[in-house]
Amino acid sequence: MSPDNAKVGVFICHCGKNIAGVINVEEVRRFAEKLPGVVVAKDYMFMCSQTGQRLIKDAIKEHRLNRVVVASCSPKLHEPTFRKCISEAGLNPYLLEMVNLREHCSWPHLYEPGKATEKAKALLKAAVERAKRLEPVKSVKIPVIKSVLVIGGGVAGIQAALDLAEQGFRVYLVERSPSIGGNMARVVKTFPTDDCAMCILSPKMSEVASHPNITLFTCSEVISVDGHVGNFTVRILKRPRHIDEEKCVACGACEEVCPVLVPDEFDLGMRMRKAIYIPFPQAIPRVYLIDTDKCIRCGMCAQVCERNAINFDEKPKELELKVGAIIVATGFEEFDPSPITEYGYGEYDNVVTQMQLARMLDPLGPTHGEILRADGKPAKTIVMIQCVGSRDHRFNKYCSSVCCMVALKHAQLIKLEHDPQAEVYICCIDIRAYRKGYEEYADRARELGVKIIKGRVSKVEEDKKSGKLKVYVYNVVLDEVMVIDADLVVLSSAMIPSRGTQDLAKILGVEVGPDGFLKELHPKLQPIDTKIPGIFICGCAQGPKDIPDSVAQGSAAAARAASLLSRGEITIDLIIPEVNEDLCRKCGICVRFCPFNALELPPEGKSVRVIELKCKGCGTCAAACPTGAIQLKHYKDEQILAQIEGILGV
Amino acid sequence: MDQHFDPIIVAFCCWHCSYAAADLAGTSRIQYPTNIRIIRVPCTGRVDLIHIFKAFAEGADGVLVAGCLKGQCHYVDGNLKAELRVIFAKRILESIGIEPERLEMVFVSAAMGAEFASIIREFVERIRSLGPNPAKLKKHGQLKESTKSRE
Ligand SMILES: Cc1cc2nc3c(=O)[nH]c(=O)nc-3n(C[C@H](O)[C@H](O)[C@H](O)COP(=O)(O)OP(=O)(O)OC[C@H]3O[C@@H](n4cnc5c(N)ncnc54)[C@H](O)[C@@H]3O)c2cc1C
Repeated sequence: MSPDNAKVGVFICHCGKNIAGVINVEEVRRFAEKLPGVVVAKDYMFMCSQTGQRLIKDAIKEHRLNRVVVASCSPKLHEPTFRKCISEAGLNPYLLEMVNLREHCSWPHLYEPGKATEKAKALLKAAVERAKRLEPVKSVKIPVIKSVLVIGGGVAGIQAALDLAEQGFRVYLVERSPSIGGNMARVVKTFPTDDCAMCILSPKMSEVASHPNITLFTCSEVISVDGHVGNFTVRILKRPRHIDEEKCVACGACEEVCPVLVPDEFDLGMRMRKAIYIPFPQAIPRVYLIDTDKCIRCGMCAQVCERNAINFDEKPKELELKVGAIIVATGFEEFDPSPITEYGYGEYDNVVTQMQLARMLDPLGPTHGEILRADGKPAKTIVMIQCVGSRDHRFNKYCSSVCCMVALKHAQLIKLEHDPQAEVYICCIDIRAYRKGYEEYADRARELGVKIIKGRVSKVEEDKKSGKLKVYVYNVVLDEVMVIDADLVVLSSAMIPSRGTQDLAKILGVEVGPDGFLKELHPKLQPIDTKIPGIFICGCAQGPKDIPDSVAQGSAAAARAASLLSRGEITIDLIIPEVNEDLCRKCGICVRFCPFNALELPPEGKSVRVIELKCKGCGTCAAACPTGAIQLKHYKDEQILAQIEGILGV
Repeated sequence: MDQHFDPIIVAFCCWHCSYAAADLAGTSRIQYPTNIRIIRVPCTGRVDLIHIFKAFAEGADGVLVAGCLKGQCHYVDGNLKAELRVIFAKRILESIGIEPERLEMVFVSAAMGAEFASIIREFVERIRSLGPNPAKLKKHGQLKESTKSRE
């Protein structure tokens, strides 16, 4: 269709006062009305409302519009709304052009109404010029593969996997470490009810192991992801355990004879394990593995293994999975506080982190549940330091959200279950106990005599001989510096994204925020979605949170994936290149430029061919083509050039 | 240079990062000058030399190409391809007597609303101190009416 035959309708939204409070909407409307090709220009308080959409649909019918321009908020928010709206009135959804009057004009120019109005006119003229040259875009329906990949087997990933498996979907759960369970497996008891973490987690872990719809891959990582929503191809690298998962019954005979001792990861180095080991007693799968970096190949384990399960020659395996959706639940790790030199972590033996204290509190842990100093003597005075690496602009600005509750929990467990006489101090900026039952929990700690001191700790000093520590804290309530003699200092260290989160994000094409955690599509309304359709996030991978929130998000991610999979098929709009055979010189530059191998040059001198579903619509090919033979649909040169002319024409 | 000169700058913003950064600047109510006019492209890899030159020919005083952070392009490396094109375009601009500083490639993530705004502020100042696009002066024989009166 020639641009001259375009009948454009312009619809300008006030967005309450958000737009109209800065931009003179009536002036812009009158300007729009006079632009060549514009048949009607209307304004309305909330164009996205039912009534606003009705107004657009009626105008399309009444004026026989064939192009629509909506000037409102960011297309990131309401382009889908208005595309649907015009398609309900019989137009192809791509015959819509939006003007971002709110995010790109009224909001960043709040105090320059005159200039903002002028800018609005320019943006609008550009949109009208572009709209006149828009063409319908075709879409295809493709079937959805009814299986899901869950990455990370912490409590969030476990919850997501179980929810989906229960609904009958096939789930592949990929866990990097040798067991599922994540950090919750380490925390011993859980606030605010102090029930034993393992007692509530391990039934869920066993269910994962036995569920017919779940396939579990441990010691495994995702190395590539291809495809698109509904149809992803995922490659997994499975590192060898060197022990046959089918044969091993975890009898432990191998462990007994293994002569190699290695610091144990699960207990954060506070105890030694063997080179052949199971990460913790309740590990799932209940299968040993060999740490080949440390193993000396003495072969003693193989000699005692009655089931011949040991295989030193096992090689890493690559597997390929086809899934319709992906859930990322890669969780967090504890920030290493050694860069905060004033607290002496890594330098003084009696400075530990909360996770290390959690391990000490475990009856099966390295100290059998005793709170001990490094020299093995019981710790009588314990000082906890909050916000270590959180709310600290040198490290992480954010609040790690659970540390106040973790400190209160550990303080109470010490008082209630270990030593009522022990002195426990919590030095903090403030106590954040915001959820149901949390403030009551904090009250109980106060009643038990836990001393909460408002103030940041400036330094910790060690007496070399006794190993005793001096903690200097400025008490803001008393307005004085307190010096506390402590046996043990416990750092409430920040939650940071799991190692490798950035790399995984890159493989998936999802974003990370400035804090390094995976970024949700919308912080309020789409907290589980990512910018890649079909990829969802949950748990601490998205940001610091406690177990109830991680579980809730795990379920939410499962629900989001299920609603996608149960649709059976999805529609993909073909924003792909078109090739003008007369102009194509078959030079192959575009084929080389395409990052997705979506173009091919057939033999026998035919012009370039587009592989529709591989193309992601970036348009790199179009910019690279020396003759203009390739044009990306919806972003054709003609359309962009007209937009440039329009934007500079005011 | 003339403090009353109000340049017009065209910014080609990629849908995934810089466009979203501009959205975030707006949502956060971070203020920046009105001189910038954004054109959405799927990826800066789509930005062709003809788009850049068209903008200058139509009277833009400056052109920004804003892509994702290096290594974070959603189409692998469209932003790097764009950067090479921008470097090339700068050379051509220079050879036809337009200051290459009028064109710039920048990299921002979707989370960098504040940074986006300060890039805009600095670029507007840079163009203001360069004065109007000489191509525009030639084309119109004088400053366009609208450019003069906009203050
Ligand atoms: C000391 C301490 C005590 C706590 N106590 C409590 C408490 O009492 N109550 C409470 O509600 N909350 C508590 N929390 C918070 C709680 O631990 C978290 O909310 C919860 O563990 C988050 O679960 P998750 O599944 O999101 O992440 P995680 O538990 O971190 O699990 C993530 C899983 O993903 C795996 N993974 C990571 N990267 C990859 C990858 N690239 N590929 C494959 N797998 C990967 C990891 O190995 C891990 O198994 C505590 C936290 C700390 C630090």
